[in-house]
Amino acid sequence: MTEGIQAAPVPGAPTAASKAEPATLSWVGRFFDSDVWASFRRSKLTMTAAFVTLLFFVLAIAAGLISPQNPFDPAQLELLNSRLPPLWEAEGQRPYLLGTDEQGRDILSAVLYGLRISLLVGFMGVAFSALLGITLGLVAGYVGGAVDTLIMRVADVQLTFPAILIALLVDGVVKSALGGSLDAGTMLSVLVFSIGLSFWVQYARTVRGSVMVEKNKDYVAAARLIGLPAPVIMVRHVLPNVLGPVLVIATINLALAIITEATLSFLGSGMPETMPSLGTLIRIGNNYLFSGEWWIVAFPGIALAVLVLAINLLGDWLRDALNPRLR
Amino acid sequence: MLNRPTLLAAAAATLLASTALPAMAVTLRYSNQGDLKSLDPYTLNETTTLAHHGHVYEGLTRRGKDLKIEPALAERWETSPDGLTWRFFLRKGVKFHNGNAFTADDVVFSATRVRAQGSNFQTRIPTTAEFVKVDDHTVDVKLKTPNPILNYQWDTWYIMDKEWSEANNSTSPTPASATTPSYAALNANGTGPFTIDSHQPGVRTVFKKNANWWDKADHNLDEIVFTPIGSDATRVAALLSGEVDVVEPVPLQDIQRVNSSPNAQVLTGPELRTIFLGFDQTRDELLFSNVKGKNPFKDVKVRQAFYQAIDIETIKTRVMRGLATPTALMIAPELVTFSKEFERPKYDPEGAKKLLAEAGYPNGFEVGMDCPNDRYVNDEAICQAVVGMLARAGIKVNLMAQPKAQYFAKVLKPGNYNTSFYLLGWTPGTLDAHNVLHDIQGCRDNPQSSRGESNLGGYCNKQHDELTDKILVETDKAKRDEMMKQAFKLATNDFSYIPLHQQALAWGVSKKVKLVQRADNQVLLYWARKEP
Amino acid sequence: MLAFIIRRALQSIGVLLAVGIIAFAMFRFAGDPVNQIVSIDTPAAEREQVRRSLGLDDPVPLQFARYVSRALTGEFGVSYQFRQPVADLLGERMPATLELAICATVFSLVFGILMGVFSALKRESFLAKVFQTVSLIGISLPTFLIGILLIYLFSVSLGWLPSYGRGDTVRLGWWTTGLLTWTGLQALIMPSVTLGLFQMTLIMRLVRAEMLEVLRTDYIRFARARGIRTRAIHFGHALKNTLVPVITIVGLQFGSVIAFAIITETVFQWPGMGLLFVQAVQNVDIPIMAAYLMLVALIFVTINLVVDILYTVVDPRLRATIRQPA
Repeated sequence: MTEGIQAAPVPGAPTAASKAEPATLSWVGRFFDSDVWASFRRSKLTMTAAFVTLLFFVLAIAAGLISPQNPFDPAQLELLNSRLPPLWEAEGQRPYLLGTDEQGRDILSAVLYGLRISLLVGFMGVAFSALLGITLGLVAGYVGGAVDTLIMRVADVQLTFPAILIALLVDGVVKSALGGSLDAGTMLSVLVFSIGLSFWVQYARTVRGSVMVEKNKDYVAAARLIGLPAPVIMVRHVLPNVLGPVLVIATINLALAIITEATLSFLGSGMPETMPSLGTLIRIGNNYLFSGEWWIVAFPGIALAVLVLAINLLGDWLRDALNPRLR
Repeated sequence: MLNRPTLLAAAAATLLASTALPAMAVTLRYSNQGDLKSLDPYTLNETTTLAHHGHVYEGLTRRGKDLKIEPALAERWETSPDGLTWRFFLRKGVKFHNGNAFTADDVVFSATRVRAQGSNFQTRIPTTAEFVKVDDHTVDVKLKTPNPILNYQWDTWYIMDKEWSEANNSTSPTPASATTPSYAALNANGTGPFTIDSHQPGVRTVFKKNANWWDKADHNLDEIVFTPIGSDATRVAALLSGEVDVVEPVPLQDIQRVNSSPNAQVLTGPELRTIFLGFDQTRDELLFSNVKGKNPFKDVKVRQAFYQAIDIETIKTRVMRGLATPTALMIAPELVTFSKEFERPKYDPEGAKKLLAEAGYPNGFEVGMDCPNDRYVNDEAICQAVVGMLARAGIKVNLMAQPKAQYFAKVLKPGNYNTSFYLLGWTPGTLDAHNVLHDIQGCRDNPQSSRGESNLGGYCNKQHDELTDKILVETDKAKRDEMMKQAFKLATNDFSYIPLHQQALAWGVSKKVKLVQRADNQVLLYWARKEP
Repeated sequence: MLAFIIRRALQSIGVLLAVGIIAFAMFRFAGDPVNQIVSIDTPAAEREQVRRSLGLDDPVPLQFARYVSRALTGEFGVSYQFRQPVADLLGERMPATLELAICATVFSLVFGILMGVFSALKRESFLAKVFQTVSLIGISLPTFLIGILLIYLFSVSLGWLPSYGRGDTVRLGWWTTGLLTWTGLQALIMPSVTLGLFQMTLIMRLVRAEMLEVLRTDYIRFARARGIRTRAIHFGHALKNTLVPVITIVGLQFGSVIAFAIITETVFQWPGMGLLFVQAVQNVDIPIMAAYLMLVALIFVTINLVVDILYTVVDPRLRATIRQPA
């Protein structure tokens, strides 16, 4: 489903943003100086979204410190305390604030740790795809010719398949290639790899487009004249101009990557149950929807929805804020 | 002139009569987790498929509600004193659905077809057994060695019509490598209580009552509509909303919800399948472990420690919600006479630690565990519980739970038994203990023999195997039972496996339907009655 | 012009071939199909026999060559599980998937455009903000969870809609449709909504953005100045202008909808190609998996090709700006 957002012209994309000014100011400086910051301060919704996102990050990082239990350590799970409802229900028990699941896993701890895994998968997936996409985009745009054609045709092939199918296939292949001994850590890398591989095209296309515009500009020619090597020119001069649109894509993709991980979980290719992400927790909890043990699915579900919603709202705002046409 | 009320009443009566008749037709809607793929009765040896085919096709024998062998297409049979010839007297006057008469030719034909390439039922009949037609309704089976359990699985060796198969170019089962579809995969012509009205593989199959069935029908159905529903939640929802009448299985956690609904309830009972844990006991070093240079599972103390570290009662109450029967045997207690004489060692985590220390692992060790996650009832949850329990005894288990396709590819023989510690379930196909002794507990040191092929950990005890060989040819039931008991004692004393429990059957049934639940989990709707 | 189309078509074939190779190579790792063909207690000798008969022992390039040569003649082999030609199975399931995908698209178009127009025209209204936020929830929850929640609400609790399947279908030639029966229509509602929710969000946001932009253009200002009625401006001019990108997106997204139907079909036991594919993955039914992927690739490539050609025919400038941001 990512294609929708890919196919939609990314507002604020290369043409508009890059023509604005040469990259003399630092990105951060420009940011606080800009209308972007002002528009951020104007929108309560955006500020709430940013706050929620930040809060979730902090919670994820601090999961080990604030959780009553380490849900990844089987020795800490007490089967006799399984399926307890949240504390405010009649049968709730301390310290299980949000209840426990079938294995005696504390839901609150599981959500916090799961949040960490989901964010980790999302972030690393996005970082991986952005790195891959930007590099290929820079190379394609700057070098041009056969290299460009090759990269862009590969991108076309890639676009032929929906991200979810690619992720499913890559996941399957890597798992089998690695053979039997797959621990949770490897699974995580596999997920990052498969999600990353399915999202890079957008970055590559955006960056390539921008590079094609920039590379004929006078300042690039000047930089070349004074003998700066091509990679340095690209990274130092061209890259800052595309950071805006790349950031927009990355934000939206972060939300998408987290959802994709959850969907892969549903199809049986996500994180294992012994080291669950939010998606895995939802898949497990799914089975208890009818049996009255609603808390097993409700809290991970709410956490995921709020997180993704907040990130989407941020991405939304960023997209509008960086798009001069809508200001 | 007729007065109006009379006329109206007469009209109403006619209307009632005309609408009431079709409304009387009883349709039962049934849904299973698994599909009905091919209608060819020799392509897939799997419970759900067998049960479906059993509505249309019949064997020489059949199994009753209590799983006892009964005569079906054969009225009776006798064995020669040397045990090498079996004579089957076939039922007369039986017709296939297309009207062809059932004769000895069909039996001889089916005996060849079931052993042909592409059949998944080749072991139903020994390869060397010879079928001889004596007359139209008598068949002799000549064996090379006596086999007291020859006909134990013949209830699911379904007899096909020779003429029909030949006319439709279906004299052998469709091999998986076929490039053209087989007629017999899409059409059926049996002798059974139902006929196939339509079959859309994986989507919907409609069975219609066979009015000309030779036996007295136990059901009152005119039609069965079968739809597979893979997703647990959707299947349960369909039952709760009354869209289907019978579903199999109901996930354990939804049983209470179904029972509290006005429409339906759950039928439960112990299944014949035994769920157990096995260890790699052959390799000199485990594939997935931090112990190098030796295999801890070769030490009986370690195996015993694992056994004692598992709190089966808690697994029963928590993971299985009470719907499991803990067992000390590798075979369902219903299938043997001596189950009472076996008991599980007590749950004793401290004792387990002590045993591990004695074996030289005072701080435990790490081992990888393989587990399917879509094969048995709550399989992955059981494995996770086991991981937690072993963790308390100091064993760090790295769980690898996978869908059955990948799991079996890894742990079975074609995957080179690529496992150190695993969970598996087993129902002896013959419903006889010999199958367990031979396939699960037999040594696998002879690559030519099929012995021990499902003994994934390679447990081996020569004395046990000698007994197994004697059991195969022993025709005296008391002696046979005694030898079986001894064989199980040997394996139990070796802590060859950790039997866990018999899992439970859980069928969701509309309150309008009465049916019989057979312990082999075959949903047989020819015993179902539905209120019209 | 012609040269462009030919080059594009050739590239599409190349893409298909590449997809074929990748897909085929991947299947080599998807598990052992023999385990799914025979039962667990099947002797090894019998397994070996099956493996050999399937040609699974042959070198991979040979297997691929065999596969491609058969596929070129429209022969995708016989499904391991069903023992039926894959082409027949897919053909039988295709109407279900296409009908679902079309209904989902119609749903997303109708609601997406309505909500989009509204939130563009009444930008600051409370309802517009609600639309904006609620529509985001459509892409903030995993599809499978939305589907199951719908089933719980509308089938189990309220008993209004069927929880699974297509209801009664009518056969029109080789096509089966659920649009002509009451149960068929009922069965379409929840899967279509579940599948269309994402697209609806997308379209709503696109329409809103485009409307806002168009409303700012001189040509609309001019129309307004001329005294043309507001409604006529909004719907006669502004909306009409936004429809080009919307239709483009819907076209390009259609393949994606079909692919995502995998999840919706699994949740609602919808007897379409996606469900067939998921079951094939679970059962390592390689012929079905391969044919499905090739089919999806074909649909994508065709749509892309048609869109490309249309662009060039209609307006070469559009191609440059929309298709490639260069």
